Amino acid sequence: MRKFNQLVGIVTPLDRANIDTDMIIPKQFLKSIKRTGFGKNLFDELRYLDEGQADQDCEGRPLNKDFELNQARYAGSSILISRKNFGCGSSREHAPWALEDYGFRCVIAPSFADIFFNNCFKNGLLPIVLSEEIVEQLFQGVFANEGYQLEVDLASQSIKAPNGESYTFEVDEFRKHCLLNGLDEIGVTLEDIDSIKEYEVKRRQQAPWLFDAIPTLAS
Amino acid sequence: MAGKTLYDKLWNAHLVKEREDGSSIIYIDRQLLHEVTSPQAFEGLRVAGRQPWRLDANLATPDHNVQTTDRSGGVQAIVDKVSRIQVTTLDDNCDEFGVLEFKMGDSRQGIVHVVGPEQGATLPGMTVVCGDSHTSTHGAFGALAHGIGTSEVEHVLATQTLIQKKMKNMLVRVNGTVKQGITGKDIVLAIIGEMGTAGGTGCAIEFGGKAIQALSMEGRMTVCNMAIEAGARAGMIAVDQTTIDYVKGRPFSPKAEQWDAAVANWSDLNSDDDAVFDEIIEIDGAAIIPQVTWGTSPEMVLPVDGILPDPANEKDEVKKEGIERALSYMGLKAGMSIKDIHIDSVFIGSCTNSRIEDLRAAAEVVNGKTIADRISQALIVPGSGLIKLQAEKEGLDKIFTDAGFEWREPGCSMCLAMNADKLEQGKHCAATSNRNFESRQGFGGRTHLVSPAMAAAAALAGHFVDVRDVELTKIARA
Repeated sequence: MRKFNQLVGIVTPLDRANIDTDMIIPKQFLKSIKRTGFGKNLFDELRYLDEGQADQDCEGRPLNKDFELNQARYAGSSILISRKNFGCGSSREHAPWALEDYGFRCVIAPSFADIFFNNCFKNGLLPIVLSEEIVEQLFQGVFANEGYQLEVDLASQSIKAPNGESYTFEVDEFRKHCLLNGLDEIGVTLEDIDSIKEYEVKRRQQAPWLFDAIPTLAS
Repeated sequence: MAGKTLYDKLWNAHLVKEREDGSSIIYIDRQLLHEVTSPQAFEGLRVAGRQPWRLDANLATPDHNVQTTDRSGGVQAIVDKVSRIQVTTLDDNCDEFGVLEFKMGDSRQGIVHVVGPEQGATLPGMTVVCGDSHTSTHGAFGALAHGIGTSEVEHVLATQTLIQKKMKNMLVRVNGTVKQGITGKDIVLAIIGEMGTAGGTGCAIEFGGKAIQALSMEGRMTVCNMAIEAGARAGMIAVDQTTIDYVKGRPFSPKAEQWDAAVANWSDLNSDDDAVFDEIIEIDGAAIIPQVTWGTSPEMVLPVDGILPDPANEKDEVKKEGIERALSYMGLKAGMSIKDIHIDSVFIGSCTNSRIEDLRAAAEVVNGKTIADRISQALIVPGSGLIKLQAEKEGLDKIFTDAGFEWREPGCSMCLAMNADKLEQGKHCAATSNRNFESRQGFGGRTHLVSPAMAAAAALAGHFVDVRDVELTKIARA
């Protein structure tokens, strides 16, 4: 996983609540068996005027010029701000994959759906919860200033705006540690392999019907 | 010391270790796998040179991409190349690693959330995960079940655990007795209408109360299935005799001497009388009437006698814009009656409502009648091959096809239209599925979520009607 330490980036505003994962990456693009290449179809239905197809070359597709990602002032953006309940809907990790592949490293909103929020951290993408008031201030800042940038510092859990205002945010200790160091979570968990094995022995004694009921091809 | 909630008990029973940073390692008893969210996880194992921790904890079946039309050509007959590759990739991965998979030609194949319970692969007291948000379905069995992302699918394959933080405890209590003709679907849509789609964020919801206890397992699965539509990753219901009766005798359920031990073990899977919840929501079950969604979020729901909202009356700017956008997308006007919404398409299926009880309810509505002329697409998609066979044994397929429906093979189908079953642009669909997001069922399609009986009634009338006004024809079962 890519490390996340500090980020200075142009902010794209997505002024809408309940952005769902079907919007972030529509289902026809979930058929890929890879983790990469989803960026060109990020927000496909909002971004293009035609219906997108899997495996399609997006060069030359008609663009929705009103959509923020198609506006020159937000080109090269790495920070997305949006409204409440961002990422609601399905568990598809293709949503953070698409955001990350497009170039976003950070999403700021007043609230996130649980599964999406969790999926972000596995992919070097930092979701930040700020109050509705602060998010509103950021929206006003972006709308009023072309090239509006924010500075995000994960170690100090702070965000600096161009007007000098700074905001702090919460992040779980473990998730922060993994992001800062770009750690493979499976590797970290396997450091506790003895605890897992010990638990499993106990579980098997207490509830033997949960084991070996489903045949495996290897057995 | 205060009593424990069902969620507290399930959490404690699966806690491997609390780590110093506040996160916990939670043991996972069962993982269900399907073709969309597993390929990158298997690939991750391969790249890292890891093996699955416990093969017998996993069960796989393809569901999202499979065709629901003629299956005689097998996987190779899936027209869309990318869909076909995804299904064959699941087959290859399961064969390579040794995971049991119900492949496309197997009568046990179906939607993962239908297949797990049907096979007894979902049991009370388990932790159940799957790379699909509707995994909350399995909580109906007094299990802790929730959707996970692909990185977590890989994490469970590799370690049999997940890293979690405990969620908050929420109780949604549906009091009283629901009226005749009110289903689990109406109950859960009414709950979402009350709570909003983010009302349960950060919580594990326990559904309780007399109206929930009165539901069959099918009805309970429908309710828990849509916990995620209220923002909660996990929904659950206490174990009672209904649960135990359903589980008994299923292929992977405990057998012989293990059965009695298991039942004894499950008797504690309920919240203590003095359990403390962070939040309690009370719903009057007797006040619920059939529900229909009108907008592009499951919280945009009304009783069938309702009138569409006017954004001019909404003070909150974000909500007002949401209503305006939804009305515009749906091609509907403020002040319109739900019953005046015309329907072009009907979809009865999905992990929410494709079980035998759902098909029976729809068949009772359409028995001996025909669908309205304006309906251009009417699909019945059973949740599994075994449900399809059972329905055929009961003659339901004939009732549906005589009425003008298409009788299909099992899969997710037009709930999210990853296969060839798609809702056409601008068309209105009465759907028994779980999400009415923009373009969910097909590019530009307009979804209205309802119960199977309400979908069937809309198919006959060509617009929404209160199914309680429709004469039902009981179907004799052999």
